[in-house]
Amino acid sequence: MRPAQRTDRGLIAPTDWKRPGVRWTTRLTHTALLGALVAVGLGPMLWLAKAAVTPTQDTLRRPLALWPNGIDLANLAEAWTRIEIDKYFLNTVIIAAGAWAVQLLVATTGGYALAVLRPRYGKALSGIVLATLFVPSVVLLVPLYLTVLDPPLLGTSLLNTFWAVWLPAGANAFNVLLMQRFFANLPREVFEAARVDGAGPYRLFWSIVLPMSRPIVGVVSVFAVILSWKDFLWPMLVLPDPDLQPLSVRLPALQRFVELDVFLAALAISTLIPIALFLLFQRMFLSGAGLGGAIKGLGGG
Amino acid sequence: MTTTDTRPAGVTGARTGPRDAARRGRRGPASWFRGGGHHSLVFLLPLLIVFAVFSWIPIGRAVLMSFQATNLVTDPTFVGLDNFQAVLADPLLWTAVKNTCYFALLALLFGYPVPLVAALLMSEVRRARGLFSALAYLPVVVPPVVAVLLWKFFYDAGPDGVFNTLLGHIGLGPLAWLQDADIAMPALVLEATWAAAGGTIIIYLAALTGVDSSLYEAAEIDGAGIWHKIWHITLPQLRGVLLITFILQIIGTAQVFLEPFLFTDGGPANSTVTVLLLIYRYAFTNSLGGDYGGATALSLMLAVVLALFSALYFRLTRSWSSS
Repeated sequence: MRPAQRTDRGLIAPTDWKRPGVRWTTRLTHTALLGALVAVGLGPMLWLAKAAVTPTQDTLRRPLALWPNGIDLANLAEAWTRIEIDKYFLNTVIIAAGAWAVQLLVATTGGYALAVLRPRYGKALSGIVLATLFVPSVVLLVPLYLTVLDPPLLGTSLLNTFWAVWLPAGANAFNVLLMQRFFANLPREVFEAARVDGAGPYRLFWSIVLPMSRPIVGVVSVFAVILSWKDFLWPMLVLPDPDLQPLSVRLPALQRFVELDVFLAALAISTLIPIALFLLFQRMFLSGAGLGGAIKGLGGG
Repeated sequence: MTTTDTRPAGVTGARTGPRDAARRGRRGPASWFRGGGHHSLVFLLPLLIVFAVFSWIPIGRAVLMSFQATNLVTDPTFVGLDNFQAVLADPLLWTAVKNTCYFALLALLFGYPVPLVAALLMSEVRRARGLFSALAYLPVVVPPVVAVLLWKFFYDAGPDGVFNTLLGHIGLGPLAWLQDADIAMPALVLEATWAAAGGTIIIYLAALTGVDSSLYEAAEIDGAGIWHKIWHITLPQLRGVLLITFILQIIGTAQVFLEPFLFTDGGPANSTVTVLLLIYRYAFTNSLGGDYGGATALSLMLAVVLALFSALYFRLTRSWSSS
């Protein structure tokens, strides 16, 4: 916001930092804060990791024991094969990949047309795209479900196909807005130069605008995958066939007939990819992009 | 709405390219095509199709359906305001509204001060600040379903349940958690707060780097202490962000579904039925076939309330980012 005024100092004055009393208090507070964050943020994940390789009886009798009596690595293998977590995992990956592709296609081409080609009706169009941000996704729940049951022109229901999850994911105004803003801020001299050199609008899009937009494409991609991995209500509605369901939809149903240790192993496996993505792209998550995630949260559900 | 055009300089200056000039002369469709106007349309095709079929038309349909009786078998018939009246007459609606407000209120009590205090403390960390924020953000990336199912196990009502064991260490409990109509809702809010606080902390941390530190120096010359600085400099400068996270939280909690659905399915004794859960039940778990009219009528009423909040939100973010 005001980067010019950003300095190294914070609330506590540099002169105060030199006083031992202040240093001790802050050091103590920070250690306590770190302890609390480890317990609250990391604790449940560590517990889950431990429980995933602990026999059911140990987890039930002494859930907070630091070391299990026996390590039962078979839980993970059993969850993966017998409970068919591998299948649901694959479904989750396919759903996320398709949703990513559709979102990126819609957002990049649409953003390019609105920000670079600028047709006369562009303003009005971005207006009605943006207006959908004001409509909470609850409103869409029933009519969208009926659209999937009987889509226009197609003549066949999309229920129990991945398209039912992929296509609606593309109607994400926030992605379009992000792309449009980014493209609009690219230097126009480059476009003019390319045009003078004989590049048409397709060449301009593919060879100049897209390569220049890797940062924003990366942000949209990571959030598309994470969002898809988290989604629950919509895939539950449109994929009633268990063979097609992603992890998030299948896990609550599995809970009823799978023994606890294997179930917890399944939970742990489901958490791996999002946490791996987070560790890989930490900076993206922990910078301002978090605000974007919050706005997407408007969709709720 | 016209966000791109509020962008300063350069961009708007380049509007008079040769193709724009050609377009401005109003000529027939053939020359519009030759002038390159159809390229925009080609690029806009995916957006137009996806948004029309999966956003604009369904939104219109939602409005239409709220005035219709629809059962997928016979043609829908217009019933005026019947759907709205039926929904408003449902005694469960007022329970759901009350519960949703209770959820939102508790979420504010638990979830609003905690991220602020955490962010204020974290902003003073000199070494390994990245570790602090990564730890705080970790719960946000856990898939919500996994988080709820894990916490459901933690909330086990037996004396050997994880939380009951912890309470036992300090001589409390055991609590029945999700089986107790009085504690169920706070238990849901506790998990929701755990899952969401990290995102808010990151927003506050970003905002705190923008606080004008020369004001701190000025206050120190006047002999102001740390509390004085927080109260009179930090918080007033965070006012915009605080208001935005407040509104975002209201909008988010008004649509809470996952927690009541997976933790308690509305129970015990309807103490966790929320508005969204009720909409879901109207449409999808009705044994007589979905009451789509009632579901859309209720979702529209909720949407109008939320739209007021989101309109406020967009006004604030725009004035905030342009200041």
